[in-house]
Amino acid sequence: MGAEKKYKQEQYVTEELDYVKVIESKSFKKLMHDRKKFTIPLTIFFLVFYFMLPILTSYTTFLNTPAIGDISWVWLFALAQFVMTWVLCTIYVKKAAGFDKQADQIIKEMEQGGDGR
Amino acid sequence: MSPTVIILFLAIVLLTLVITFFAARKTQTAGDFYTAGGGLTGTQNGLAIAGDYLSAASFLGIAGAIALFGFDGFFYSIGFLIAYLVVLFLVAEPLRNLGKYTLADMINSRFDARKVRGAAALNTITISTFYMIAQLVGAGALIQLLFGIDYWLAVLIVGVMMTTYVLFGGMIATSWVQIVKAVLLMAGMVIMAFLVLLKFNFNIGQMFTEVKSVTTHGAAYLMPGLQYTEPLGTLSLMLALVLGTAGLPHILMRFFTVKDARTARKSVITATWIIGLFYILTLFLGFGAAAFVGYETIIAANPGGNMAAPLLAQAIGGDLLFAFISAVAFATILAVVAGLVLAGASAFAHDLYGQIIKKGKASESEQVKAARYASLAVSVLSIVLALFAQYLNVAFLVSLAFCIAASANLPVILYTVYWKRFNTAGAVTAMLTGLLSALILVSLSPSVFSPIEGAALFVGEPIFPLANPALVSVPLGFLGGYVGTILSKESNLKRYAEVKVKANTGYKSSGANH
Repeated sequence: MGAEKKYKQEQYVTEELDYVKVIESKSFKKLMHDRKKFTIPLTIFFLVFYFMLPILTSYTTFLNTPAIGDISWVWLFALAQFVMTWVLCTIYVKKAAGFDKQADQIIKEMEQGGDGR
Repeated sequence: MSPTVIILFLAIVLLTLVITFFAARKTQTAGDFYTAGGGLTGTQNGLAIAGDYLSAASFLGIAGAIALFGFDGFFYSIGFLIAYLVVLFLVAEPLRNLGKYTLADMINSRFDARKVRGAAALNTITISTFYMIAQLVGAGALIQLLFGIDYWLAVLIVGVMMTTYVLFGGMIATSWVQIVKAVLLMAGMVIMAFLVLLKFNFNIGQMFTEVKSVTTHGAAYLMPGLQYTEPLGTLSLMLALVLGTAGLPHILMRFFTVKDARTARKSVITATWIIGLFYILTLFLGFGAAAFVGYETIIAANPGGNMAAPLLAQAIGGDLLFAFISAVAFATILAVVAGLVLAGASAFAHDLYGQIIKKGKASESEQVKAARYASLAVSVLSIVLALFAQYLNVAFLVSLAFCIAASANLPVILYTVYWKRFNTAGAVTAMLTGLLSALILVSLSPSVFSPIEGAALFVGEPIFPLANPALVSVPLGFLGGYVGTILSKESNLKRYAEVKVKANTGYKSSGANH
């Protein structure tokens, strides 16, 4: 991987990098913005989806109505938790590949300009 | 004890010893000892995370809980799985990018303060000790049941095995024991679930219909509310389960065994698929045990339902499957306790001795020596504690470990990576408030005080109502970190910028040295 070679070379660069300049650079700010836009809504979503289950089972009974034969809605909701986990994992991997590219670009800029501009 | 059980049991012991022998020859540096040199692949580490995580409590405890309480037993499965989304989305990659061997390394990437490292080490040791005692007590009881030997002898056998792996083979041996265990455990689960489904003609609807009529609970068996009747208690437990994993030191430590954040991500994905499949299968085991073993038989073997899975193996697969599942349960225990010893030892040897006492100037051979002495000390200590803790409730100890991890470790991890203003004082107060509030609230809770004699440690009215205090102690941990931070003037933007860049790009992460 090209990026890895870069990391290794960087170990031998002794001068201190100005990290404050890096975090203020356009490309880094864009990475942070994209990350936040992706991570925060989905984290809120999966936590809400998760807590819906104990909240609904504790305070209501409508999940106890049958859905398919003797399988009630509560089991389907529980199964949906598993499906959600796997779907979010898959989405995360796809999205993270894009972040990786952005991060590689930032490291490249840091090495060239020293400040990620 | 049948000869088949003994042969399979010995085969597992032999296999793990061979692994340890080869691992010992490869373990030369502190990096090898703590993180297997950072050389594991994503798939290997994913399997190892599953092997580290799926304890006897998951395998035997949840199958038993579902067999006895139906849907309420399944709550654990869901919480334990969703927890990996927290790990994946918020913790795994920054942790890998910032840390070297321990959680304290990661937090100290921002602070370089001995008190921060000390507090982090204290948390790691406390959490790992509670978890370890739970595993050893459970292991002792299980092996006692399976093989008909005394409790103390059972604890001693497991203790000697785990010490051997860690002492000689460090993280390399521990990882491979966990990988082998994960494969064996999943094989056992798939075989059992297949046989259960076969009995129900591969008709899941029929399975639900039949279990409804076989238990004494009737239709209520398929509905929530058999075990958890207090809404706030249920929510508090679910909170500890979902947030605890991202603060468990022995799980977090696994992320340092891979070379970079991308591999760490791949390991979480692999682990999540395996762990998810595992918890789905617990349902078939639980229902199978309810239908083919029966409530009375399960309760008679062990009041907590821990024998449900082995008894089901006996009922649907005969002696051979029983022997295999028993051996798998044994391997499961070994793999988890080895990971715990390593986490505890790293806090003692790397954080307290290497970084605080020796100020990071210990030579490579001194570090390895310290790690081995610490492993031995942690093992002996936990074996002794487990011998005294025989009658403590295992589920209580595990949920306590999850609660402390969520309250004491998760706030400081999130603040370190994501909060600009966070400072040294805040890091210390976050960790100590979380740790103390969890410990104090538990000691005032129904888990410790019960009006019914014998139900808890002491007889009396509990002062705090929730058995698992996460609902209060987790917010307190976050609040402690917030208040500690704003009361101190210290703020280091340069250091935060460095941590932010490294956490998000993997620039100069320790894995790049390998």
